[in-house]
Amino acid sequence: MAIFSKEEAKKILEKVIAYSKADACEVNLNGTNGGNIRYARNSVSTAGENSDVTLVVQSNFGKKSGVATINEFDEASLEKVVRRSEELAKLAPENPEFMDPLPQQTYGESKTYFESTAKITPEYRAQAAANSINPAIAKDVTSAGYLEDNYSFASMMNTKGLFAYNQSTGVNFTVTMRSNDGTGSGWVTRSSNDVSKLDTAEASKIAIDKALQSRNAKAIEPGKYTVILEPAASAELIRNMLFAMNARQADEGRSFLSKKGGGSKIGEKIMDERVTIYTDPYNLDVPASPWSGDGQARKKMDIIKNGTVANMFYDRYWASQKNVASVPFPGNAIMEGGNASLEDLIKDTKKGILVTRFWYIRPVDPQTQLYTGLTRDATFFVENGKVKHPVKNFRFNESPVIMLNNVETLGKQVRVDVDGGPGGGASFLIPYMKLRDFTFTSLSDAV
Amino acid sequence: MKRRDFIQMAGMGAGALMLPVTSLANIVSPEALLEPGLDVAQKKRLADVALNTAKSNGATYADVRIGRYLNQFVITRENKVQSIRNTESFGVGVRVIANGTWGFAATNEVTPDGIKKATERAVAIAKANSKFQKEPVKLAAEKGYGEVTWKTPIQKNGFEVPVKDKADLLLNANAKAMEKGASFINSIMFLVNEQKYFASTEGSYIDQDIHRTWPNFQVTMIDKASGQFKTRSAFSAPVGMGYEYLDGKAQDKIQGPGGIILYNKSYDIVEDATMAAEQAKQLISAKSVEPGKYDLVLEPSHMWLTIHESVGHPLELDRVLGYEANYAGTSFATLDKQQSGKFQYGSKAVNFVADKIQPGSLGAVGFDDEGVKTKQWDLVKDGVLVNYQAIRDQVHILGQGESHGCCYSQSWRDVQFQRMANVSLQPGKAQLTPDQMISGVEKGIYIVKDGSFSIDQQRYNFQFGGVLFFEIKNGKIAGMLKDVAYQSNTQEFWNSCVQVCDERDYRMNGAFNDGKGQPAQSNAVSHGSATARFNGVNVINTGRTL
Repeated sequence: MAIFSKEEAKKILEKVIAYSKADACEVNLNGTNGGNIRYARNSVSTAGENSDVTLVVQSNFGKKSGVATINEFDEASLEKVVRRSEELAKLAPENPEFMDPLPQQTYGESKTYFESTAKITPEYRAQAAANSINPAIAKDVTSAGYLEDNYSFASMMNTKGLFAYNQSTGVNFTVTMRSNDGTGSGWVTRSSNDVSKLDTAEASKIAIDKALQSRNAKAIEPGKYTVILEPAASAELIRNMLFAMNARQADEGRSFLSKKGGGSKIGEKIMDERVTIYTDPYNLDVPASPWSGDGQARKKMDIIKNGTVANMFYDRYWASQKNVASVPFPGNAIMEGGNASLEDLIKDTKKGILVTRFWYIRPVDPQTQLYTGLTRDATFFVENGKVKHPVKNFRFNESPVIMLNNVETLGKQVRVDVDGGPGGGASFLIPYMKLRDFTFTSLSDAV
Repeated sequence: MKRRDFIQMAGMGAGALMLPVTSLANIVSPEALLEPGLDVAQKKRLADVALNTAKSNGATYADVRIGRYLNQFVITRENKVQSIRNTESFGVGVRVIANGTWGFAATNEVTPDGIKKATERAVAIAKANSKFQKEPVKLAAEKGYGEVTWKTPIQKNGFEVPVKDKADLLLNANAKAMEKGASFINSIMFLVNEQKYFASTEGSYIDQDIHRTWPNFQVTMIDKASGQFKTRSAFSAPVGMGYEYLDGKAQDKIQGPGGIILYNKSYDIVEDATMAAEQAKQLISAKSVEPGKYDLVLEPSHMWLTIHESVGHPLELDRVLGYEANYAGTSFATLDKQQSGKFQYGSKAVNFVADKIQPGSLGAVGFDDEGVKTKQWDLVKDGVLVNYQAIRDQVHILGQGESHGCCYSQSWRDVQFQRMANVSLQPGKAQLTPDQMISGVEKGIYIVKDGSFSIDQQRYNFQFGGVLFFEIKNGKIAGMLKDVAYQSNTQEFWNSCVQVCDERDYRMNGAFNDGKGQPAQSNAVSHGSATARFNGVNVINTGRTL
């Protein structure tokens, strides 16, 4: 069992701190129990479980740091890892950006743990896969899917008296359904901290329907189109933009938020005033750890408020240089939406493209946040309020900043975890959105 | 290439140097990286525990990998050493076939008892999963090689070079770039040593010692008046070599078109950083490209990534069969196309060879991770698709009896599976230099070094950027361009290849972080080519205003 309770973790961390002879010492103790099942060609291909606990000790003498890790927790091992980190610190070059450890912070009550997910069994995973594979076989489509779950804890303590602990759980499910004639493909993703909210049969049905509806897509000319983006399509672009809102890069002149002549665009309006994006670790749909990796307390905070840059992220060193409060990196982001359903957005569209998801999104120009990528797994032409027919996939070249200037309607929000969710990525609450003038630059034959 | 296991270096923007997250590895001292580890006799004894346990529990086949994976990173920016990290990961992975089904388990308890338990777990998993198995595993025959060893033929072990020397080299390169007016520079030295012991019930006991080296940097130039910033990354390659790659020998320097200096089998990081600062400055004032059709002249440090995405990946058999459908995707290069013997993947000038033996390449090993002796084989011959990349349990699908030897696992704790070999475009037979090639182009662009990249899930439609772009007008270089990306379709693109320079211009580049699988695994792979020409390719302008 790789999970230590708050009391068990605290006891180990206190022992480690007691061994320290350095000017400062910071210790992280983290553990994970994970499991997964993968299937393809309507058959399970791999399944596995993993478990790991690691103790990381950072010792400092002045501005010199040394780090050592270990995964054994007897007294001798704990002392050894402290001594090793101290030896490495003495040999290290000075890091002028080193910051003293933080004193105790105040954290709210975490919402990230659900017992249902912590208790997932291999039998549950096999059944979840079967609930996806069997309806695929019944509809003459081929399924390929992946379910990954995770139960983890994170804890830290330092010589200034800070102690932080959090437990979290998560499950992430994706499935691709391909029609057996090879002309249609559908996909769906679901993420939750609470596995009781996951129904792989319900999700798989959506992907199967999309696979069947997207068969024999027609080619239409690339160009600028009104688009209806499902939240899974826009989430990665919005994530990329938010993660690039680092204050230091902007101040240094190498960010889309750098200003001509120097300085950053904080306080400036950069997109449609209906766009508001904030972070809140205590949001029940996308809960995040109440503290960031270095022990700073996370709180509810606007990032974009009515189209204006409200906050950028300052690490502790850069904040000290600029005489501002540090702003830790967020664990989630919530984009405000409206009441419109997907059907409402389609009904109100004269001519447009409905996108299930984008794929292989890569940066083209960091100056403008320009990205390229492709539509994938069911793209449709919408005309006079109705879905008319599937269309061939497009390549796009577009910036989320430009995209969010071209808002027509924001709809209901859906949770999307980018990069696999548990352990791998961050959680987002993103609305369905209808946008004008989205730039598709070429056609793809891929299904 | 994958992104998931890579984080951006602190304080750098999108497209910056990527640093792998080495979770699951312990951080150790630089001296610990030089400790010898277990000797071969100890490893054989431990391996036999796995093989005997597997057989006595009913497995019909078993292999065991005892792996010690060492990494070192030295990371700097301008005049500061930001981080020095040494990591070690040590453990055992056991793979078995029972009831015709694969089972795998891994442990970091490298003791007879730990290995016995892991093996029992692997057999139990195989038996449990056999309920879902539709067709039993069919393994291509492979002989046992007895007790053998293989080592990357390095001249200088990078781990033996003092960390201070590496940091000083990077700081020296940084200083030269800053002297030339760079606004910022981030640089990194990344060393890998895989000490892998493989044994199987076929009678192989294979001890391998594999080294890789990757120096890299990114220079940023900022023009405050216009608010523009441009970056120029290093012209280095990740290599299957030791620290001798940093020797920067005169014979390995190439005077390229447009006044640039390129590198072959060794690299001069200080000289390159100096040039990078000058070129990043030129990029700010370069002409923005006029979109349209151009003849492209693609230099090997750029070409490798186009080969990787549009040839390497679509010719992986597991993708073709649908095993990667939910993640990386499938492939347009379906079995019927290969079986027809007539599918024109490219023009007659196009020959692709897959390879696991080329000296200095990232893919070179003596034996793959299922004990198959490595080799070279043709993928595309005179433009026609002839073969794929496949391993022991796949080649029967192609009607072949011998594995291609491209099975790999990123560590002891992950199960091995089919990974990309080095896939390289063969040089042209006629004598031709890049300058001669350019002299024949009326309206074209010469592109150096890989940049932005994206390709669809069946590998038809792609878009590639680059680092440096030179306009070619009436056979001559006519200055630098910016905002360039080209879009094409794989088959159309390779059929527009009209010339490949000769072997004097052949060079390799590659990646440490080719990604595949769920959970995702990384693979290191090189791609060689000489400079090649493609006629009438669609170029777009990527400049935008916010």
